[in-house]
Amino acid sequence: MADPVQLDDLHVTRDGAPVLRGLSLSLGPAERLAIVGSNGAGKTTLLRAIVGLQAATGTVQLFGQRCAAEADFAAARPHIGFLFQDSDDQLFCPTVLEDVCFGPRNLGRTPAQAEAAATRALAGLGVAHLADRVAHRLSGGEKRLVCLAGLLAMDPAVLLLDEPTNGVDAANGARLHAALAAFPGALILVSHDAAFVASLASRAALLEAGRLVPAEIHDHPHTHAHPHLHKAAP
Amino acid sequence: MIPADPRLRIAAAFAAVLSLSQLTAMPVAALACAGAVLAAAMSAGGLPWRRLMHLEGFVLMLLVTLPLTIPGTPLVRVGPLAASAEGLAQAALLGCKITAAVLTMTLLLAGLDPVRLGGALAGLRVPPRLVALFVATARYVETIGQEAARLRDAMRARGFRPRTDRHTLQSYGNLMGMLLVRSLDRAERVEEAMRARGFTRHLPLGEATPPTGPDIARATLIAGAAALLLLGDRAWPILSS
Ligand SMILES: Nc1ncnc2c1ncn2[C@@H]1O[C@H](COP(=O)(O)OP(=O)(O)O)[C@@H](O)[C@H]1O
Ligand SMILES: [Mg+2]
Repeated sequence: MADPVQLDDLHVTRDGAPVLRGLSLSLGPAERLAIVGSNGAGKTTLLRAIVGLQAATGTVQLFGQRCAAEADFAAARPHIGFLFQDSDDQLFCPTVLEDVCFGPRNLGRTPAQAEAAATRALAGLGVAHLADRVAHRLSGGEKRLVCLAGLLAMDPAVLLLDEPTNGVDAANGARLHAALAAFPGALILVSHDAAFVASLASRAALLEAGRLVPAEIHDHPHTHAHPHLHKAAP
Repeated sequence: MIPADPRLRIAAAFAAVLSLSQLTAMPVAALACAGAVLAAAMSAGGLPWRRLMHLEGFVLMLLVTLPLTIPGTPLVRVGPLAASAEGLAQAALLGCKITAAVLTMTLLLAGLDPVRLGGALAGLRVPPRLVALFVATARYVETIGQEAARLRDAMRARGFRPRTDRHTLQSYGNLMGMLLVRSLDRAERVEEAMRARGFTRHLPLGEATPPTGPDIARATLIAGAAALLLLGDRAWPILSS
């Protein structure tokens, strides 16, 4: 099977300033790549360029197909779930269930099929109880899980996750982690959460000066101290 | 030729558009239109082609529909419909007036920063609430536009492609609804943040300085030219009879 994502010599300029400069990347079918980089390094731009939302020069190949025009990208997008950095950009339907149904409906499923897929995806993330809630009034962590459910309901082969743990508390973070660990496809993970990256990724890269530099994930015991908050004794 | 003071620009534009809207004689309207085109072509920005293209599309529609809907001497017959000479004349007159007015506004107002435009409106004694509304709108239109663009991107990323079906209509409906809801939310947050910083219904818009002499002369010239056009327009039936 061809690599789901293959980039070669990618260049992106935003507002006249180069953001990506000759970036290359290949992602295998079950590979889990973590990308780290400072604010403004171009991580979001890179993910957008992969799905053709950001104009770029160089070559983008998705599932072995060279993508240049909007139509090429549009054909590949249903197989690539893109979790936007800001959940509010993704949630636009009144209720959670409608929003999660949106992707399957775009794939041509009937309303009943879409609803079944949506219910399954929500249950898989442990948030079935949110189905009838108003989407834009959820907490940050709940929004994140609902956004992810909206992608998983489409049964994608690749997930692109832009800071998935942003604004997620410990309990929802554990649900997120479990769902991603169980995801069988390939994924690219942009995150500052070192523990999250270390336990999910099989490979890491640093985005620096518009290119990807291989990085090492190492796991070693630290003795550390940090402040904790607990309920005070009455 | 164009005054630098935003207040004078607005006043001159207002006077010019007011007289342009009152023109009734075709030759005078044509003269005004030609003058505006010439002035725009000679200005630093040149002719605003994009804006003109949208505008002339609308004018073209008038040219097609008015002759068919205004009764009068038939020029050509298209099946059961007759195109009247009166309708064509009306459409041509309107086209000239609209083009002249839009070019004048572009020439006088397009270069103004929205925030300075707000200050200028306040200087012209426009009620402060209206000014605040205008400044906030000018500031947030772009933000809301960006928000809409990101929502649309996210929809595309999930495989959305506009078609002529129920799902597409429903999705666009949801998109509009969400934009509205979020704009209201944002308006509330912005208002709270403004109040938190001590806002009391009056935007601090900078000190007003009196307009300079040359600027007043320029604005008077523009307003005078507009008045002259109006005078010519009223005199035309007498002159041509
Ligand atoms: N909408 C935009 N228009 C123009 N430039 C942008 C826009 N968004 C981001 N940029 C610029 O592109 C660069 C990379 O941004 P981004 O990909 O969002 O970084 P990251 O996700 O790594 O924090 C930054 O320098 C930023 O200023
Ligand atoms: Mg980012």
